[in-house]
Amino acid sequence: MSNSTTFQQIVLGGVGGQGVLFITKILAQVAIEMGESVLVSETHGMAQRGGIVVSHLKIGGFMSPLIRPGTADILLAFHPESVLNHRHFLKEDGKIVANSPDSGPLSINATKLAIEMGAPIAANLILLGFALSKNLLFCEAASIEKYLSREGMKNVDVNIKALRLGISKGEV
Amino acid sequence: MSEQRLLLGNEAIGYGILVGGCTTITSYPGTPASEILASVATLKRKQNLDIHVEWSINEKVAFETALANSYAGRRSAVAMKQVGLNVAMDPLMSAAYTGVKGGMVVVVADDPGPHSSQTEQDTRFFAQAAKVPVFDPVSPRDCFSLIQKALDVSEAFEIPVIFRPTTRVSHARQDVWVPEEICVEQKPASFEKEPTRWAATPKFRFLLHRALNEKLEKIAEKEELQPELLDPNQNEEGKVCILGSGVVLTYAWEILNELELLPEVPIYRTLMPYPLKRSFLDSLLQKYERILVLEETYPVIEYQLRNLDRVFGRLSGNVPYEGELLPETVEDIIRNFLQLPSRERVQADEAPPRRPTLCPGCPHRASFYALRKVFKKGIYPGDIGCYTLGLNLNAVDTVLCMGAAISQAAGFYHAFKGNITKEKPDIVATIGDSTFFHSGIPALINAVAEDARFVLLVLDNSTTAMTGNQPTPETGKRASGELSGKKISILKLVEACGVEFVREADPYDVKDFIEILKEAKSFVQEPGGGIAVIIAKHPCLMDKEYQSQFKRLKVRITDRCKSCHYCIDNFECPALVDVPGEDRVTIDYSTCSGCGVCVSVCPRKAIVIDG
Ligand code: SF4
Ligand code: SF4
Repeated sequence: MSNSTTFQQIVLGGVGGQGVLFITKILAQVAIEMGESVLVSETHGMAQRGGIVVSHLKIGGFMSPLIRPGTADILLAFHPESVLNHRHFLKEDGKIVANSPDSGPLSINATKLAIEMGAPIAANLILLGFALSKNLLFCEAASIEKYLSREGMKNVDVNIKALRLGISKGEV
Repeated sequence: MSEQRLLLGNEAIGYGILVGGCTTITSYPGTPASEILASVATLKRKQNLDIHVEWSINEKVAFETALANSYAGRRSAVAMKQVGLNVAMDPLMSAAYTGVKGGMVVVVADDPGPHSSQTEQDTRFFAQAAKVPVFDPVSPRDCFSLIQKALDVSEAFEIPVIFRPTTRVSHARQDVWVPEEICVEQKPASFEKEPTRWAATPKFRFLLHRALNEKLEKIAEKEELQPELLDPNQNEEGKVCILGSGVVLTYAWEILNELELLPEVPIYRTLMPYPLKRSFLDSLLQKYERILVLEETYPVIEYQLRNLDRVFGRLSGNVPYEGELLPETVEDIIRNFLQLPSRERVQADEAPPRRPTLCPGCPHRASFYALRKVFKKGIYPGDIGCYTLGLNLNAVDTVLCMGAAISQAAGFYHAFKGNITKEKPDIVATIGDSTFFHSGIPALINAVAEDARFVLLVLDNSTTAMTGNQPTPETGKRASGELSGKKISILKLVEACGVEFVREADPYDVKDFIEILKEAKSFVQEPGGGIAVIIAKHPCLMDKEYQSQFKRLKVRITDRCKSCHYCIDNFECPALVDVPGEDRVTIDYSTCSGCGVCVSVCPRKAIVIDG
């Protein structure tokens, strides 16, 4: 119930161990710094052990932490299966940005790129960079980069490299 | 100075507990409550606060420890998950009668769904049973302020109060304004002896009960605890209204907002769903033609309404009795209530199911594998923790509640002991170290005393893994990372319980481990034998300290692999995968931990270590 002008509902889906929570937190933190209200819902517990992990991120004047099926603007699918698992959350013209073995206008093989980079865990940031390059998210790549390089953050070099790799793949 | 922070509901509760002045905070970890004490412990460490914070051995002990601090006039908090309250119910029932001096809040996180629990029990119901007030927060921001109110009520009326978030509140994150520096107001402890209260005999208990009933009546009347409009911009006009508590009301708000019906349908939010003021409920029934009651998970508010004729809820058959009330369910209910057409919705796809599994390299997997190698047919009572996932390896047959693996193993033994020999199954129970401390010890003593026969594996990874690696009494570590120097040995405990066969072994050494299991098997069957306990000792790979010393091996599959899938079927390490088109099993190096255990699993010796 703030006076914000940005409204965006993002579903982030993956499996345990892919760092879905990490990406959710980055986006949420950046949104707060833009002066927006933020609500997030996270998966904890048993499902984190290799099961399905999903976060909901709502930016703007919302009150509940959950996204209703049929209303999300974007699905960030960190695992090929996540598309099937979560696409019912999207509204009619909602967009899917996916980590998938076959690349396309809105999909990229982030897993492979991350392994080639020598940092399998950074596939999540490659996908995020790719999504940013498509101008679909509420924020700019620069704010994410700034956030990743701030004091106290770990693995700054690898993270930035992965993010930029994703961005560059999206721009070509 | 305040700062705006992105906080989990549980972290906001942690802040609220400290700003509310609690000086003893205790907990036993359990999803969805674990981050509450963790956040308090972090704040203690970072801000150097002079408070007592502990991960207790179980919820009952946690409750009683915190309660004594409140007897001594200081404020206290204890946190647990909903099934943890079952363990702490004994002290709660009695503490409602004795009351407290310093405020005490019992934070109990419910898990409608359930997502990570054995039951969907509604703690508000337990609050009614114990006759204590219960608060139901709707969001992380609300957690921070409402828990301070709860502490004030507790202290003013000298009664413990329950604070009940649900998973969706505990694990929601929101921007919350909190003080940068916390100052916990310290009152010196003082204990006024009052035997008719603190040590009341049955004769005085009757009087305490009467006093409790009077307190509840006064609390129900209290002006600032009355139900309020969830959205202060709403008005009370309209023919129908929604009454309820908890996060479901926020779903209702968004749905009404989208339907542009917020002005017509006021949402009344009860801060405290129990006890409710009779006259408030009656006035609602008078003012509105129809009332929709939305609450999770039992009809607690609904049962308090005197006239249900015009009430739309569970008792009228319009709200499901089980399962989480998801936003889409709430939308269907509201549309039905308002007689609007239902909404067409894309159904979720039938996605391939993905079951949770033990982490790649988890030492439990090695233990379960060895167990199944030695005990081919048997009954395998299991317990609560990561190792419940021994289910996937067919090494867990029962999961009841904390500590039950041991008592059930004994129970199965007594049930089968009269059967003729060939029908007697091997009984092999598994329990984690933290669960053993929590409630396994009395069960083990009992089993020994009753001369039961079974094999028990204590899966000792020196941590409480499932809930985020909290320390156990064995580690000598305390909640904020301080070293207490007091390490309690499981081996000695087991010996002291009267067990004559106790071995400690590393399950990563699969061959040796199997030999020890065989010895245990014969000991159980020997005429003079008894219970055999094996402590399977290897740290959890998620433990940060262990990660820094863990030696990663580089394993490789050679062409000896005939793709028989023995390893995938019997060991189920998620890093061993069957890639279509490949003539051998493939190692997924993005998830392989490099534990090297699979080398001992392959019957063809096709998996080798490269270095
Ligand atoms: S967290 Fe630890 S105990 Fe739990 S599955 Fe992973 S390695 Fe095993
Ligand atoms: S070494 Fe083998 S058992 Fe260990 S994680 Fe890798 S594939 Fe799994």
